[in-house]
Amino acid sequence: MKVANALIGSPVERVEDPRFLRGRGCYVGDIDRVGQVHAVIVRSPVAHGLLRGIDGAAALQAPGVHAVITARDLGPAVPVIPLRLQPLPQLDLFRQPMLANEKIRYVGEPVAVIVADSPALAEDALELMELDIEALPTVTGRDAAQAGDSVLFEAHGSNIAIEWRAVRGDAAAAFATAYYTRRETFRVQRHAALFLEPRGFVAEWDEAAQKLTVWGAAKVAFANRTILAGAMKLSEQQIEMVEVDVGGGFGSRGEFYPEDFLIPFAARHLNRPVKWIEDRREHLLAANHAREIECDVEIAVTKEGRILALRGHSWADIGAYIRTNGSIAPRNTAQFMSGPYAIENIQLTTSSITTNKTPTGTYRGPGRFEGDFVRERLIDLAAKDLGIDRVEMRRRNLVSIGQMPYPLATMTPYESVTELDSGDNHALFERCLQEFGWAEKVKQQGKLVDGRYRGVSIACFIEGGAAGPSEDARIVLQTDGAYCVYVGSASVGQGIETIMAQIAGDALEVPLERIRVRHGSTSDVAAGFGSFHSRATVMGGSAIVLAAEKLKEKIRAAAASALGCAAAEVTLDSQIARALSGGEIPVAALADAPIEAAATFHNKKYTYAYGSVAAHVAVDPKTGHVAVLDIASTKDVGRMINPATLKGQSVGAIVQGLGGALLEHLVYDQDGQLLTGTLADYLLPTADDFPNIHATVLEREPSPNNPLGAKGAGEGEIIPIGGLIANAVAEALADFGVEPMELPLSPPRVWRMITAARKT
Amino acid sequence: MKFPLFDYACPTSLAEAVALLHDRRDEAMVLAGGQSLMPLLAFRLAMPRLLVDLKNIPGLDTIRIGAGGVGLGARVRWCDIEENAELPTAHPLLAAAIRHVAHYQIRNRGTVGGSIALADPAAEMPGIAVTCDAEIAVTGNAGARVVKAADFFLGPMATCLAPDEIITQIRLPPWPRGRRWAFEEFARRRGDFALAGIALFYDLEPNGDVANAHIGVIGASDRPHRLMAAEKAINGAVLDAAAIAAAADAASSAVDPMADHHAPADYRRALVATLVERALARAAK
Amino acid sequence: MLVTVTVNDEAVTVDVAPRLSLADFLRDNLRLTGTHLGCEHGVCGACTVIVDGRAVRSCLMLAVQADGQSIVTVEGLSEDAGLTPLQAAFRKHHALQCGFCTPGMITTAHALLSEEPDAGADRVREVLSGNICRCTGYIPIVEAVLEARAAYLDKQGAP
Repeated sequence: MKVANALIGSPVERVEDPRFLRGRGCYVGDIDRVGQVHAVIVRSPVAHGLLRGIDGAAALQAPGVHAVITARDLGPAVPVIPLRLQPLPQLDLFRQPMLANEKIRYVGEPVAVIVADSPALAEDALELMELDIEALPTVTGRDAAQAGDSVLFEAHGSNIAIEWRAVRGDAAAAFATAYYTRRETFRVQRHAALFLEPRGFVAEWDEAAQKLTVWGAAKVAFANRTILAGAMKLSEQQIEMVEVDVGGGFGSRGEFYPEDFLIPFAARHLNRPVKWIEDRREHLLAANHAREIECDVEIAVTKEGRILALRGHSWADIGAYIRTNGSIAPRNTAQFMSGPYAIENIQLTTSSITTNKTPTGTYRGPGRFEGDFVRERLIDLAAKDLGIDRVEMRRRNLVSIGQMPYPLATMTPYESVTELDSGDNHALFERCLQEFGWAEKVKQQGKLVDGRYRGVSIACFIEGGAAGPSEDARIVLQTDGAYCVYVGSASVGQGIETIMAQIAGDALEVPLERIRVRHGSTSDVAAGFGSFHSRATVMGGSAIVLAAEKLKEKIRAAAASALGCAAAEVTLDSQIARALSGGEIPVAALADAPIEAAATFHNKKYTYAYGSVAAHVAVDPKTGHVAVLDIASTKDVGRMINPATLKGQSVGAIVQGLGGALLEHLVYDQDGQLLTGTLADYLLPTADDFPNIHATVLEREPSPNNPLGAKGAGEGEIIPIGGLIANAVAEALADFGVEPMELPLSPPRVWRMITAARKT
Repeated sequence: MKFPLFDYACPTSLAEAVALLHDRRDEAMVLAGGQSLMPLLAFRLAMPRLLVDLKNIPGLDTIRIGAGGVGLGARVRWCDIEENAELPTAHPLLAAAIRHVAHYQIRNRGTVGGSIALADPAAEMPGIAVTCDAEIAVTGNAGARVVKAADFFLGPMATCLAPDEIITQIRLPPWPRGRRWAFEEFARRRGDFALAGIALFYDLEPNGDVANAHIGVIGASDRPHRLMAAEKAINGAVLDAAAIAAAADAASSAVDPMADHHAPADYRRALVATLVERALARAAK
Repeated sequence: MLVTVTVNDEAVTVDVAPRLSLADFLRDNLRLTGTHLGCEHGVCGACTVIVDGRAVRSCLMLAVQADGQSIVTVEGLSEDAGLTPLQAAFRKHHALQCGFCTPGMITTAHALLSEEPDAGADRVREVLSGNICRCTGYIPIVEAVLEARAAYLDKQGAP
């Protein structure tokens, strides 16, 4: 079906903005319920040990304390967090209990909950808790994990939880006969999403109605409700998850954490509303970590620079447990390492390794950032060795438009087959070179200008979007003639109220002002799948398109009835229903009682937005500082709903990527203690760091997989940044023969590479 | 990260403040701008039972510029220094260094005295104090005294202050016209604590020789200190490339850098050399 | 302890515990929840308010320290109907996504432009470097603040 294009494609100003600009947003921290009390989580100070005892007696006596909840209070079997994605039975034993009960596996692991009259009083009581933990040797890196002297899960017997395999064609044969091969080991550091609003919940139990309300839902409220219901032994109908304003997610907020259970549990246990807001120190320890991986990968190439194969093994340091989506990044690293390039032979495996560190999960472009770092570096290394221009080498290997749809590697276990849906990689690549001004800037390559070495590079990416299985939408024509759109998609700050309103407005042929969007809460639609894997616009938007069609049919039927004609004779035009034979009635007048329609959009095929990013850097050889002089990106999203918000995603993603390439690092010591526990230690990009970024977003090749023709587009540009910056630094320091293999490219690391190179 | 329990006192005289600090000397701390103290309380790394706020004590917040030099009241804020029209001429090194302190909002409350009392080895103000032979005026239960900056800082976050002593003023010697100076710092991002920093000045003899060189380092040792060997390398001759190189080399040998997750020791050592080179090159222009 | 402050032009006297931060005082006692807590240790800037004309981190101030002072929060920089020029510029340039850092950006930008309505891009970036945003990448925020200068220059009378 065709959707009109009056609002879609227009950079409409966001309807969310006025309340945010006035300080009248409502985030979970702004919610207070009558009679509420406050929770604080007691967390293990030890990384690995046997939990011999918890003594909360003194804490319980502290002023204002109502309860100290430990695993004993959770029942005979402590509930565990299930795997939401890739739920393989062999991963069951790695699931995290809601509270530690026998063993501690990471610093920050929840061991108890203190509930008191205020957060300050609860924190005071925290000092009085006594934990008896018999320390065990810690496992903090790949070597210790593989050696297996100390094992996190005795029942499993090793620290290798699972191995993911990505296979395509015959890599062995390709390597056996390849003209050129190169093998290197790459490392990406542990870092994380660090959304600005800390996590939190307010939970309230209504004893009379036997109903639970939880504010602070995000990302996948319906899935979380299912998990919560199971853990609390309630039916889903007894639980309402309410999504309010959400201060960023990036894949990390909204997955089910222990607190998602503990706070509602406390509310029911005490029969009082319980509020918990995470603090930043806690956030750095408790919210999903990401990205840490070591990759031993080799590339096989023909004499002309055609990439024949990628082969290798990676070790993903996944932390102490596998939570809801802890499998995604490791498997993605393998499956998507080929990116937008036509690589026919692939054999990549990833081992997920358990260590005594915070558990990991998805963070924008999960596994893709890591895989792209490896691949883009290998391409540049190969090009250099073969004497082929790096730009030309990419041209020769990008999947061409004629090759679409292009199959990627097949993943096992939990078999998954996917293909690039549509796209003109070459056009985006050339456009990026042009936007960036490559021809001029490449002349600076390797030159010393004002004491700094200049380098340029370009990298290409794909972004998987529109994960299924489905999404629900419900549209109600209200008695006042306005439309209320309910959709199962979740807000993470991306402008959902506006985007969905634009889609609904065009689908209904109604102006934006007539539309209100409600999203994410379980009371809005029957089922919802939320916002992850860049799916909201495609999935929620397409569901809205379908629901709008159904609603228009119902409106036509109502008009036909009122006008005394057949439904087929009715046209809807600017909110007036007209019969062919004459006669008209305002649509609003048809809604004596609300008229509503609901629809589900099902999807099995991912979309792939794609594009290129180019960078110009200046490296100070004495301090090792890498200045990013400018960045230009291009991305094709198939169909743009709102170019302004889309571009906003691009710029934001690029800056996050630069943080990952240059600044951010979650550092542990040998004892599993997190050394970077404050925002003074964990370095986030600031306004001063990367002032020149130009993002171009295009709609060229629609996705054939949904009625909007859109591709999910919330993550893409972060994906190539690691490889991009590392390549640019290598180019800048070509005289020294410096080849970065590890992120972040902090000043001390860059300096070390230069110093080492000088010595040889 | 809510603050721990404490009482709060807001005395209106120095004597009253000192008395409070003396009476409760094991558990009282001074509160000025709070920009370094409050984060410590938020993390419960410090658990004072009494905060003594200096804000109502008169006479601690003036900037005095005169023949005797520059006097900074302990409660002078970074923004006061930035906004003082005379200081860029009266003490350009101070003015330049302060531009690197933290961020806009911090600078509206953070104080000179607070920074000196905190004694973070990477902080600019202690570095300026030591480099410029500042004197720190202090009042405590035992009376008033003046401590030379070189004697004031004992180690990371450690000073010679007694628990009941309050810094009242930092005095910088007069700054002659024609003096050469530079401040060079390297931090990961603007406003971060320096991985290392150099504050320096020297005077020129009529024949162009360098004299009275003062080169101070921050961030690369357990406290700010002068680099005597580097000063020696440039005193008594014209400042040329060879002298700069010698000074840089001497500087890197004269520091004993800490290693932490931000930077290893050898990096800091090399950084000190680089910053001395750059600072001297800039001063010479 | 009794504390008397003027908040958004309204005088209030409240009895508060000494350890109550100014941020929590505004949010919990006065229900002005526009001021946000992103870190509670003075780094992220989401809690920025204006005290006696200067932008400060309210998580690093005690309510009792604000006695006798005048405070402006993001709510006090808003109008009942419509958006101020600064807010409109933010909206126009898509300078906010999740909105959590936004109140701190608004108060900081307002404080800056009130004193320096001709601030250049470098100065704006320097000042905003004390406010973390994880969503926008800062570029549109800087653009918005630069655009808003016109309104502050007007207020002052053209220089």
